[in-house]
Amino acid sequence: MTAPAAATPVLEAQDLAKRFPVAGGIGGRGRVVHALNGVSLSVAAGETLAVVGESGCGKSTLANCLTGLMAPSAGSLLLQGEDAALMLRREPMRFRRRVQIVFQDPYASLNPRRTIGDTVGDALRIHGLAARRERRGRVGQLLAEVGLAEEHLDRYPHELSGGQRQRVAIARALAVEPVVVVCDEPVSALDVSIQAQVINLLRDIQRRRGVAYLFISHNLALVRHIARRIAVMYLGEVVEIGTAEALGRRMLHPYSRALFAAAPAIGRPSHDPPHLDPGRPPPLSGDVPSPIDPPPGCRFHTRCPHARPRCSAEAPALRLVDDRLVRCHFAEEIAGHG
Amino acid sequence: MMGLLVFWRRFRRNRAAVAGLAVLLLVVAAAIIGPVLHPIDPFDMIGRPTQLPSARFLLGTDVSGRDILAGLLHGARVSLVVGIVASLVATAFGLLVGAVAGYYGGAVDNVLMRCTDFFLTIPSFVLAIVIVAIFQPSIVTVTSAIAAVSWPSVARLVRGEFIAQRDRDYVRACRALGMKDREIILRQILPNALPPVIVVSSLMVATAILTESGLSFLGLSDPDVISWGYQIGVGRTVLRVAWWMSAIPGITILVTVLAINLVGEGLNDALNPRLQQR
Repeated sequence: MTAPAAATPVLEAQDLAKRFPVAGGIGGRGRVVHALNGVSLSVAAGETLAVVGESGCGKSTLANCLTGLMAPSAGSLLLQGEDAALMLRREPMRFRRRVQIVFQDPYASLNPRRTIGDTVGDALRIHGLAARRERRGRVGQLLAEVGLAEEHLDRYPHELSGGQRQRVAIARALAVEPVVVVCDEPVSALDVSIQAQVINLLRDIQRRRGVAYLFISHNLALVRHIARRIAVMYLGEVVEIGTAEALGRRMLHPYSRALFAAAPAIGRPSHDPPHLDPGRPPPLSGDVPSPIDPPPGCRFHTRCPHARPRCSAEAPALRLVDDRLVRCHFAEEIAGHG
Repeated sequence: MMGLLVFWRRFRRNRAAVAGLAVLLLVVAAAIIGPVLHPIDPFDMIGRPTQLPSARFLLGTDVSGRDILAGLLHGARVSLVVGIVASLVATAFGLLVGAVAGYYGGAVDNVLMRCTDFFLTIPSFVLAIVIVAIFQPSIVTVTSAIAAVSWPSVARLVRGEFIAQRDRDYVRACRALGMKDREIILRQILPNALPPVIVVSSLMVATAILTESGLSFLGLSDPDVISWGYQIGVGRTVLRVAWWMSAIPGITILVTVLAINLVGEGLNDALNPRLQQR
């Protein structure tokens, strides 16, 4: 069984759920958004776990819960085997030093009125990692590590490009020497030409420091390139999780297959629409259902090309099929079809 | 330094604001050095009452034979000091209330905003009269009363700014680093929330000067200091025979308040991010 991480995980979510009460409209009192529902996954030291899904599938809520920015409604989070909720209450700084986050939009994630040196220096100062006199030098080292120069120390964010800003955000996260960094769509706001640079930077850093990444993205092609394992999320649930190799060979959950089909492939002739390509499943139609009233049974059955009566009645469990975990009643059948 | 230069370049584009600033600086200069250049006690009865402006009394004398120019210069000190101090106190208090309410939200926000609403629903001038009437009229109580009726608008504004900023990614990054709330509020969000507050509190100086004048016109100000409103109140009884006695301090108030408003508009143009080129 290769699906769950073999080594002791640095960060492990067990049955994580997050529900938000909705401010009631007329007759809408007591309604609840189920943003996360029984999410279990773990990141081993030094590895990259990618989480993929459409917008609105709960990826960002997951990032918030994993970094202690939001308290989960149910389930538990373990940081290096310790209960994270307890640690956040008793010794929050221990948690904060180990888990860091890089946000999607580097234009919003840096304070426009603070210099780069101040922003990265804040991380060192809060955790007492460098004396006042050494701080500037240490920030300079961190900036060098992410490919920026010392001259950027006294610049303001608006003087930097998007790629440079994202490097600053990475330097800030690295300043406290975390064991795991949650990257919430770290390159999707950047130009394509810059994306590869930032991805390579993240990989270099991982090689050098052995930091683990939880890499959230909607871009399957990108994710297969950098992740050791991939989790596919739909409407707050993990529907398929396994090694990048296994999922790269083929997807078993109908949603993962559709998501993969939707990714534009370079070199495919444009006169050959994807639904005529026999090797590819048809792309999805329709929108993600509202997480306020998730469909009963399998949450995907409203859009699933393989849906049968059982799917709308009984919710499938995440179970081992072949070399990965899948949340589908008919995964074997789909596997058989090839 | 660079920021200041850019700020001045933007401010300068608004001609009216520059004119307002010039007038305001003139009033400030008059308040500071006027009484030195024209060393006459504004309460001294030094001439025949109700004189027209002349070479000896440049702006004439009032009903008790006091030099109106001396009163105007001393009154400038009172008006400006009361206006600026009241505005600063109101801004500081409004910042505190608004920042805490906006940042924490929930029950804290609810309690603080209901208190703010309470102050907002009562007409501010009436409330100021009540406060001054309860405590003895003095320069301190007048200033406090004006501050007490002025802070709610600042609190509302600051609360809105904090709500807009508190879930921005840069704030969340600070939280993920374990930064204390106090530091997030003061060092991270406040500098971003400040520009519109600066505009509002500069305009508040004008309102405070008007309120102070109104209070002293009604005789609800410190009896030991002269102010523009007091001068208007004194001239009121002889308005039909000596209109200039009320008109001179009246025009002074008008010009000063107008100048402050123009400067406030200029600050708004210079600090408003929507007008800034990226």
